[in-house]
Amino acid sequence: MKYVDEFREPEKASKLFAQIETLAAEVSGKLGRPVQLMEFCGGHTHAIFRFGIEQMLSKNIELIHGPGCPVCVLPRSRVDDCVALAERDDVIFTTFGDAMRVPGSKKSLLQAKADGARVKMVYSPLDALALAKQNPDKEVIFFALGFETTMPSTALTLLQAESDGVKNFSLFCNHITTVPILQSLLDAPQFSIDGFVAPGHVSMVVGEEPFEYIANRYQRPLVITGFEPLDILQSIVMLLLQLKEGRALMQNQYARVVQKRGNHPGLSAMAKVFELRDKFEWRGLGSIDQSGVKIKDEYARYDAERKFPVASIKVEDPINCQCGEVLKGMIKPWQCKVFGTLCTPEQPLGALMVSSEGACAAYYRFGNVEELLVQKENYLAKGK
Amino acid sequence: MCLGIPGQIVEITDPLRNLAKVDVSGVKREINIACIVDQDHPVEKCVGDWVLIHVGFAMGRIDEGEARRTMELLNELGEAQKEMEAMQETQSKL
Repeated sequence: MKYVDEFREPEKASKLFAQIETLAAEVSGKLGRPVQLMEFCGGHTHAIFRFGIEQMLSKNIELIHGPGCPVCVLPRSRVDDCVALAERDDVIFTTFGDAMRVPGSKKSLLQAKADGARVKMVYSPLDALALAKQNPDKEVIFFALGFETTMPSTALTLLQAESDGVKNFSLFCNHITTVPILQSLLDAPQFSIDGFVAPGHVSMVVGEEPFEYIANRYQRPLVITGFEPLDILQSIVMLLLQLKEGRALMQNQYARVVQKRGNHPGLSAMAKVFELRDKFEWRGLGSIDQSGVKIKDEYARYDAERKFPVASIKVEDPINCQCGEVLKGMIKPWQCKVFGTLCTPEQPLGALMVSSEGACAAYYRFGNVEELLVQKENYLAKGK
Repeated sequence: MCLGIPGQIVEITDPLRNLAKVDVSGVKREINIACIVDQDHPVEKCVGDWVLIHVGFAMGRIDEGEARRTMELLNELGEAQKEMEAMQETQSKL
């Protein structure tokens, strides 16, 4: 879909595009460079590509696709740990389908399954708990991952296991947090993003306050945004208006779903079960302070990391991989040395090629790969 | 995983565990509704609610129009079918 008349309400869309055009010209004129906005959530990235929003925007505005795809930022060492757990005779390892293809340093969970490991795809942690009840002689481990959107589901499942007296169920916890990663990007010296299209469903859980803090502390406008193309366009207009007027506020474009205070039952389950880790490793970005959660001591018996020896050997990202630079907006996905050659959706090398929500996979899937590869060669030749 | 999928609660199956059956475009499965229950909106009042479901948990109440638009969006993104198959498959295997 690359024509505005294919949008649900084409007139509204045309108006928003026109507004963006005018505002972006004015703001970029003031900045002396294109306005850079980052969408954080992988769902937004997917929608932006699917609806061709990026190609329809003026040259005065650039969208940077941030690190909000939890599958993409999973480091290889954690995948190695998953594989090691899944290869134990006494374990059934359960995971969301999205995580099956993420490469570890030796293999993915999909390859481990093909080699005979007991890996089962589940839709929900509840399915993993049901499996534990059906297989009392095995330990059922659930691979818990995702930002705050999926944290309440993991926490509530653990609490359910406790109240049902299930003893052969545990979590391999890889949940990550939104605000610390945003802060680490904003604290980086070369980071020039002017405003944020903030995640809708993370906000549905955590509420407006954490994002208000980011907008205030870093003086960057930030708009909590829905997933429809018109939501995204409207949010871009709101960001540009703020930039034009020199304001830096948190605004909620997605108030029909996101409540100011977030989801209370979800937040209290999270607070009961999880606490911040001192630091957590991200693919492409390295170790970031307080950017992940672990299971509290009171629930240690549901923590796979404490029930079983887990190696957690640090594995460096592949040497040619430039995911970190892409995530920070320093280069475009097709400007990476290995884009489309050593790194493809079939054989992903870097984080961002792994899931359909990753920026590189989206460029590969929705862009003209041959054209991008020519552009890349020209770009790299110019750099030499 | 991150976009969720809309459905309508059709039956409370286990009030103590906050479990309910939802209908997602004809696919039915059991989900947990603890996150949309509070004093003003107890479990028994949830039948008929439209909810946004993430990995088997209702994470927010939405209105019917929002549910319909979200489903259209998921269809356009090619996500709806995948999500519904995952829901159905794992439920029938258990």
